[in-house]
Amino acid sequence: MKHLLSAADLTRAEAVHVLDTAAEMAATQSREIKKLPTLRGRTVVNLFFEDSTRTRISFETAAKRLSADVINFSAKGSSVSKGESLKDTALTLQAMGADAVVVRHQASGAPHLLAHAGWLDAAVVNAGDGTHQHPTQALLDAFTLRRHLAGDPALGATSGVGADLDGLHVAIVGDVLHSRVARSNLALLTTLGAHVTLVAPPTLVPVGVDTWPCEVSYDLDATLADGKPDAVMMLRVQRERMSSAGGGFFPSPLEYSRAYGLDARRLAILPEHTIVMHPGPMNRGLEISAEAADSPRAVIVEQVANGVAVRMAVLYLLLTGQHDATPVPVTTTTTRTEEAHA
Amino acid sequence: MSHDLRHDGTSTYAVPTTGTVVLGPTEIQRALTRIAHEIVERNKGTGDVVLLGIPTRGVPLAHRLVERLTAIAATDPGSADPIAPAGELDVTMYRDDLRDHPTRTIGRTQLPPGGVDGKVVVLVDDVLYSGRTIRAALDAISDLGRPRAVQLATLVDRGHRELPIRPDFVGKNLPTSHTERVRVRLAELDGEDAVVIQPAATTPTEGHR
Repeated sequence: MKHLLSAADLTRAEAVHVLDTAAEMAATQSREIKKLPTLRGRTVVNLFFEDSTRTRISFETAAKRLSADVINFSAKGSSVSKGESLKDTALTLQAMGADAVVVRHQASGAPHLLAHAGWLDAAVVNAGDGTHQHPTQALLDAFTLRRHLAGDPALGATSGVGADLDGLHVAIVGDVLHSRVARSNLALLTTLGAHVTLVAPPTLVPVGVDTWPCEVSYDLDATLADGKPDAVMMLRVQRERMSSAGGGFFPSPLEYSRAYGLDARRLAILPEHTIVMHPGPMNRGLEISAEAADSPRAVIVEQVANGVAVRMAVLYLLLTGQHDATPVPVTTTTTRTEEAHA
Repeated sequence: MSHDLRHDGTSTYAVPTTGTVVLGPTEIQRALTRIAHEIVERNKGTGDVVLLGIPTRGVPLAHRLVERLTAIAATDPGSADPIAPAGELDVTMYRDDLRDHPTRTIGRTQLPPGGVDGKVVVLVDDVLYSGRTIRAALDAISDLGRPRAVQLATLVDRGHRELPIRPDFVGKNLPTSHTERVRVRLAELDGEDAVVIQPAATTPTEGHR
């Protein structure tokens, strides 16, 4: 693979291969010496136009564990704040000899433009673009799901190697409208054979959702009780993307929390084996209560650890191998519906 | 993403066997039995010995050697501790040629319970060629611990070393030309035991790892 731009680009075999590679990467991270010489001499640029803590640190850790040199570039305090265009930033990175560019941008499609405009030879990894895609988040969520639900968690990092997510039911709850995590997860989990139910207030469900390969519910209690999901993925309410306090998407935080928040009562409805996920950062008390976030079923902290392993796998797969010798074009087609809401 | 993602170095073994069979099942068994005895002789027993197979085909070879070493220990009342089960040492992430080949699948690394600190590690591989895999293996071991000594056992030594590396235990020395391919087929993975030399033109891809 040359770039990783969208979770929808991955076939089932490719996705399983990335997860298997991540499992072996995760196994190396329990060693005393965690650093591997694999990407020695390669340069990874973290190009972040949007605020991020965990994704940037996760990519930085992953690249450093593989011995790559890491350059962090954030829009604040750089020439971008003086009005430099994406093109000129890309040409600068090209001149500096970047081998991979990890890009987060508030505009949907910016990573695709970077990858295909001909400004850069580097591999481009989408670390979140607008409300479009965040493929490494979906991969780390799939990895976490597989580890807990498709294998024997006692095996540790290599639990579930080779398996997909066939037959699992995942409920994705919350601000679907603004969520690239939901879009990426829906694409990848469906590719891997899981069944997804989106749960959100009608105002936070995008137009055209009926064409997505999932069910949509407005009733969290009914979904938890009747759907018996194997995993519940809570989404962050993205108030920075809403115009005012609730942006008119819901009457008040309290009302949102009562109808769509995961609390101790709802946790008790869930089947014994169900795991609770959240991509972070959490709004405790809004979409998830402290009891739910800190319960033994929550795998939220483990998701962060798995993120490093998955990003190591992605960097390994992008930066090794003879890409000149395999001119198979990368398909980056997104579905029309996704573009319409991006 | 392209199809080369699935390349794992084993696919080339799936082609029907053509070429000259230089070792059959009996010869391979005899060679392994002899190597097992040489390991006992060299290390004066097997108390501290840990065998690490290099994936793919070094792993079943290491398991077979441990079976033989256990059998030898059973017939020798003087030998003390039983030998540890064989481990696996994947060297992919330590290779120096990751950019010159299609992306390689990362294998499993699994050490026996006692680890490698203070032990005599015997690396087990199927074919010794340039020596670069073993160079990578030595780097990989040093990240996992500090063995007292490292030795190398290989089923076939085909020559053409590019690094100052030599095997301690050899099943068979096979003088070959650079253009030939040496294939080791093992019952555990390929359904039969054989070492085959093929002329270069029979496989479409660079086969030797």
